[in-house]
Amino acid sequence: MTAAAHALPRSFEWKWVVIGLCVALTAYIAVVPLAFLLWQSFFTPQTASKAAQFTLDNYAQAYGSSDTARLFWNSLQFAVGASLFSFVLGTALAWMNERTNTPFKTLFFALSIIPLVIPGILFTVAWILLGSPKIGILNLALQDWFGLEKPIFNVYSLWGMMWVDGLHYSPMAFLLMTAAFRAMDPSLEESATMSGANLFQVARRVTLKLAWPAILATLLVLFVRAIESFEVPALLGLPVGIHVFTSAIYQAVHRYPSQIGLASAYGMTLLMITSIGVYFVSRLSSRGSRYATMTGKGFRPRRIDLGAWRWVCAAIFVAYFLLIVVLPFSVLLWSSFQKFYSVPSWQALAHLTLDPYRFIFSYPNLGRTVWNTLLLSFGSATLIMLVTSVICWIVVKTKIPGRWLLDNVASLPMVFPGLVLGLAIMIFYLNVDVGVYGTMWIMFIAYVTRFMPYGLRYNTASMLQIHKELEESAAMSGASWGTTFVRVILPLLKPGLVAGWIYVMIVSIRELSSSILLYSPGTEVLSITIWELWENGQYVELSALGVLFILTLFVLVLAAQWLGGKFGVRE
Amino acid sequence: MLKVESLNTEYPNERGEVVKAAQDVSFEVPEGKLFTLLGPSGCGKTTTLRSIAGLERPRSGEISVGDRVVYSGSRGIFVAPNRRGFGMVFQSYAIWPHMNVFKNAAFPLEVGARRIPRKEIREKVMRVLTAVQLDGFADREATKLSGGQQQRLALARALAMEPPLLLLDEPLSNLDAKLRELMRFELKRLQRELGITTVYVTHDQSEALALSHSIAVMSDGRIRQIGPPRDIYERPASRFVADFVGTTNFIDGEMLAAGRVRTSIGEVEIAAGELREGERVVLSVRPEDVELSEARPEGANVWQGRVDQKVFLGEFVDFQVKLGGRILLSRRHPSLRTPIGDTIYVCLHPEKCVAFKV
Repeated sequence: MTAAAHALPRSFEWKWVVIGLCVALTAYIAVVPLAFLLWQSFFTPQTASKAAQFTLDNYAQAYGSSDTARLFWNSLQFAVGASLFSFVLGTALAWMNERTNTPFKTLFFALSIIPLVIPGILFTVAWILLGSPKIGILNLALQDWFGLEKPIFNVYSLWGMMWVDGLHYSPMAFLLMTAAFRAMDPSLEESATMSGANLFQVARRVTLKLAWPAILATLLVLFVRAIESFEVPALLGLPVGIHVFTSAIYQAVHRYPSQIGLASAYGMTLLMITSIGVYFVSRLSSRGSRYATMTGKGFRPRRIDLGAWRWVCAAIFVAYFLLIVVLPFSVLLWSSFQKFYSVPSWQALAHLTLDPYRFIFSYPNLGRTVWNTLLLSFGSATLIMLVTSVICWIVVKTKIPGRWLLDNVASLPMVFPGLVLGLAIMIFYLNVDVGVYGTMWIMFIAYVTRFMPYGLRYNTASMLQIHKELEESAAMSGASWGTTFVRVILPLLKPGLVAGWIYVMIVSIRELSSSILLYSPGTEVLSITIWELWENGQYVELSALGVLFILTLFVLVLAAQWLGGKFGVRE
Repeated sequence: MLKVESLNTEYPNERGEVVKAAQDVSFEVPEGKLFTLLGPSGCGKTTTLRSIAGLERPRSGEISVGDRVVYSGSRGIFVAPNRRGFGMVFQSYAIWPHMNVFKNAAFPLEVGARRIPRKEIREKVMRVLTAVQLDGFADREATKLSGGQQQRLALARALAMEPPLLLLDEPLSNLDAKLRELMRFELKRLQRELGITTVYVTHDQSEALALSHSIAVMSDGRIRQIGPPRDIYERPASRFVADFVGTTNFIDGEMLAAGRVRTSIGEVEIAAGELREGERVVLSVRPEDVELSEARPEGANVWQGRVDQKVFLGEFVDFQVKLGGRILLSRRHPSLRTPIGDTIYVCLHPEKCVAFKV
């Protein structure tokens, strides 16, 4: 009984220090740049001679011209087209994979995730090399075979942009719709069949009705992602004057003198669109629990027997895999062995060289660039997963009032297009000089902000699985909050923690759209180097770097999966 | 030993409304005794237990163990659960899946304020594991244990730090019927052998009757009756307690003179009580106290009825007897084989008829 007296001086609780720090960091990171972006969009640029003044000019300029109407129309067309294309493609593949007896399905499932490893900029470059009207291999080959005068494809068009962007993100649609198909309890469909409904009636009156929230949510997610896409509009749209919001923001910043107010006004508009999208997605998914079709019972979905058609489906899978992995990677591989970029031919085959690789390995600062990339992705993944583990513990496990707000604040960066986030952070640290502008720290802040919602999602999913009594029993055993967190919560959170860490690591390595506004000489990352090579027209060198980059990422993902398997990550 | 005084605990539910989970709860548990909080789900028994554990923060009241106050609303004392040093077994057992059996049981000894040498930890853990017959499983993954073994491990972990008080939150509810019965004996034996003061929460009346020295029946956040098992069962203080603990027949009636009640089946003689003439009352008679015979027996409280339905349950037969326009349930030995539809005589002993005000 006297132990209590000895224990009293220790009653200072580290718990509140840790919680306070995590909450403060989250709030700072998520809210400050947004507020500053909003502020900046209402002011004239600050110069040495003139202080910033309140103005509506930025919005007037942004909305006053007919250019903006066209900008909006282009963005809408592009985003709708790309998201619909990837949705149709992804859904068809998911349906084939989940509900039919197409052969080699498991293999396709594994393969279809590979494209997510290829950074957007490399995928876009590869498709330029394939489908450009002048140098595109596909065009030249088909012209040659059929003796045509004009090229067949032109990636430098709205259709080309939709094609490339939609194709690149179709695996995302595939994964989302696969999850939706898997969550559907087949007994609901079966009971409709038993009630006398035919296949068409079941599909229309049960399957579609049940899948509707998932379909809508998937479409919205794809739309939001497409409208904030930067690489494709910048590489394919800008050269032929097709502007969308993201590329317009980039141009406004890189013009001289840079028009940050205008960029902010565009950024606010884009932010508004994505916010509405994300808002509806979260509404749909919270309402989705009403449609909770997952029963938790082990079930085996009925597989539709396609008969001979299943070979057609298999062929579609092969064609898809060719388009999304084999062709883009091969064209990069081919051009990476050339001295100057040239179309494959017997003549060119004779001129294979390792020069581009030599160039890349002797590229100034390559070592530092790789180091920067690794440091940033490793650091942000680690910080994000640790901070969000505390955040989601507060949200899921405590009854602290206002915890729902914390969840929303931490998820807020989800609505930031990468470019807008980069812009907001750039503006903020240009105005508030705490010495991070022009250093690695500003990119670190951007990465942590941008990917925090993903870390939170992974951790929350895992945290929900941990029964409250598991930590209560630790408290009853005499463990303090810190001990409980380190010895019980974190180990039990490990599946989500490791999976989320790997995911954030990979997306950080690929990150371009925030970094492009924030890097300065000495703090380049790999994706920036690729961008610079593209700007300089060094296609073969870019290809060599791209090949190395993709292979490294691929090895990294394999290693991560092996590691994850070892730590019991269930995906 | 454990003393809970006018404890009030409330918490907001999902919609933000305040749920008064425990209201004015007071009881005492003497050293070495097993005290049970019994009640239907939502009655506040678990909240009361969690308030004792420190996992819920009460609004007012006082909780003390021995001479150590762990909570006092008026004096502003709240000892954190990890400083209370009570052992607790949770409904889900809360066995940590990432530790093996030994590590689970050793955890309380490793994280406490007092540093315990490794060798001593080993000894203590092996002692509790032996007590619950898990000493052969020390190195096994906790997830590879059966339900009953997990339950025993949870118990071993709660006992490892030799707590002054053991809290059990529906520890047997996740076991299947056979195992539950077995563990009931185990638990009773262990508690009696160790002489550890225990608070036990359950909604299963037979568990409460079998294990406890004393039972508190709760509903709507309040304690309705406290007493030894036999008292609770034989002399329920209210209709709720009679209904919740065991099965019973309720017969509405009106007090005539002392010891006599007028009911729909006729006048019933009962043991004298404090009820006054003219009061509306309810009689409660346990099915096993409704005696049946084919020949008319001597004595008071005898009526003629008819067998309406019967259910053979192996060790006994449940008779539904139609009497005065209503059905009485009687639990009899299977040797009574009166067929359905036949006449039968019902006899109620006055001291088995418990009356209380409506």
